[in-house]
Amino acid sequence: MSSVNNLVNGADTAWLLISGALVLFMTPGLALFYGGMVRAKSTLNIMMMSFSAMGVTTIIWVLYGYSISFGKDVAGIIGDLSHLGLGNTLDATVGSEGHQVPTLAFAMFQLTFAIITIALLSGAIADRVKFSSWLVFVAAWVTLVYSPIAHWVFGGGWIMTKIGALDFAGGTVVEINSGASALALALVIGKRIGFKRDQMRPHNLPLVLLGAGILWFGWFGFNGGSALTSGALASTALINTQIAASAAAMTWLLTEKIRDGKATTLGIASGAVAGMVAITPACGFVNPLGALIIGLISGALSAWAVALKYKFNYDDSLDVVGVHGVSGLFGMLAIGILGTTTANAMGADGLFMNGGTALLEKQMIASVAVGLFAFTATYLIASFIEKTIGFRSSPDDEATGLDQTYHAETAYDFSSISIR
Amino acid sequence: MKLITAIVKPPRLDDIKRALQEIGVAGMTVSEVSGFGRQKGHTEIYRGAEYVVDLIPKIRIEVISDDAEVAHIVETITKAANTGAIGDGKIWVTPIDSVVRVRTGERNGEAI
Repeated sequence: MSSVNNLVNGADTAWLLISGALVLFMTPGLALFYGGMVRAKSTLNIMMMSFSAMGVTTIIWVLYGYSISFGKDVAGIIGDLSHLGLGNTLDATVGSEGHQVPTLAFAMFQLTFAIITIALLSGAIADRVKFSSWLVFVAAWVTLVYSPIAHWVFGGGWIMTKIGALDFAGGTVVEINSGASALALALVIGKRIGFKRDQMRPHNLPLVLLGAGILWFGWFGFNGGSALTSGALASTALINTQIAASAAAMTWLLTEKIRDGKATTLGIASGAVAGMVAITPACGFVNPLGALIIGLISGALSAWAVALKYKFNYDDSLDVVGVHGVSGLFGMLAIGILGTTTANAMGADGLFMNGGTALLEKQMIASVAVGLFAFTATYLIASFIEKTIGFRSSPDDEATGLDQTYHAETAYDFSSISIR
Repeated sequence: MKLITAIVKPPRLDDIKRALQEIGVAGMTVSEVSGFGRQKGHTEIYRGAEYVVDLIPKIRIEVISDDAEVAHIVETITKAANTGAIGDGKIWVTPIDSVVRVRTGERNGEAI
């Protein structure tokens, strides 16, 4: 192992290790963000879905998940089993010339991406699925949906090698993937009882803001860490993230004010997230002004998009489709327009940067391929679980509240009267 | 003996409490409730969806008094609770059969 330490770049390794911690922190942050958005009676359950995602995904990752995502490529589709049980990693390094990092640091970093992606899906089916079935779904989805897509885009699979689309930190792997999968889940599971009829407002907006703040903080690791180096590229990605988040937060507020009459805290939190979603694939491929444009547009775009679920009658409860799906797709395509090699010589020039339409076409192909696969595979997995062990909660359980039913707990035990 | 129940707007509670104490009312029970009256509620738009907001937070004040004091107490509460706007509330009076002071066992008139 001492030989590894001679090979690695210390600064790059330090930043990657920190980034792993930052991105992991995003999942408890997501738990708080989602937790505040649901009704009080099922706060704990939605948070459990995120925390249990951390548990299950990590176990899968070490057993075989890392291997099939980042192992030696097999036909462009999947990685091999050379890293089963995280084998062949203790003495190994990855990275470009002069920028090697320990493989385990890289494996940890990628694990945190897998965790947050599956945790995001819980938002589409809040308040109405069985916890045990969720655990089974996490295992199946990480294995059959996340790992292949991660391999295609990050791990040397066909989208990376044959299409050559640009995705810096996971516009496809995390954002379009979670958005499309969330839509499939929402359709299979069905709407909450009382959807569109009852008021289902966030019960704890300070929690939402706290969660959003943690996501914002952690996202610097998500995007900055994806540079896999500690230097100019990470700096570009980091500040682009900040710019996009801030711009999107403000345009979401503006959209709300015009459409609904009020600028809300839920709006500013969601706007910042939407901006960061959109810049996720682009942060290392555009310049700061490009990031500003992406932020300004994605905030308004997702603010408008989250209302579509009422028009089309699907219950994407916590707006995974409208925020992650829509802004993720926008971000991927925006690279095709605003990408510039001045920001990253390893990138490419987009349509407005005299690059023609070549890059935009690649972005579209990658986005559509990931979206279609994610939607279809998730639809099949969720349907299978629903038909075998059941996925949707019973109407009684849903009405009572999942915290009491599945966890025998209540989030807020303030009353001196013993609750149920 | 009568039970006076008043449903009032939450911001009015402090003024009502002070006014009642000034006329010698020795005790009251205060609780948080929700409700609506004739005017029902209004429609709000939140995150692109329309909602009817009808259950509004209110404060319920309950006071027990001798029959002789009822009118004065009702008038005091009405004055202190009134804002002139929709949703000011209602006050009603119901008869009480018996009252006991828990600490001493005093009954009815001595327990108020």
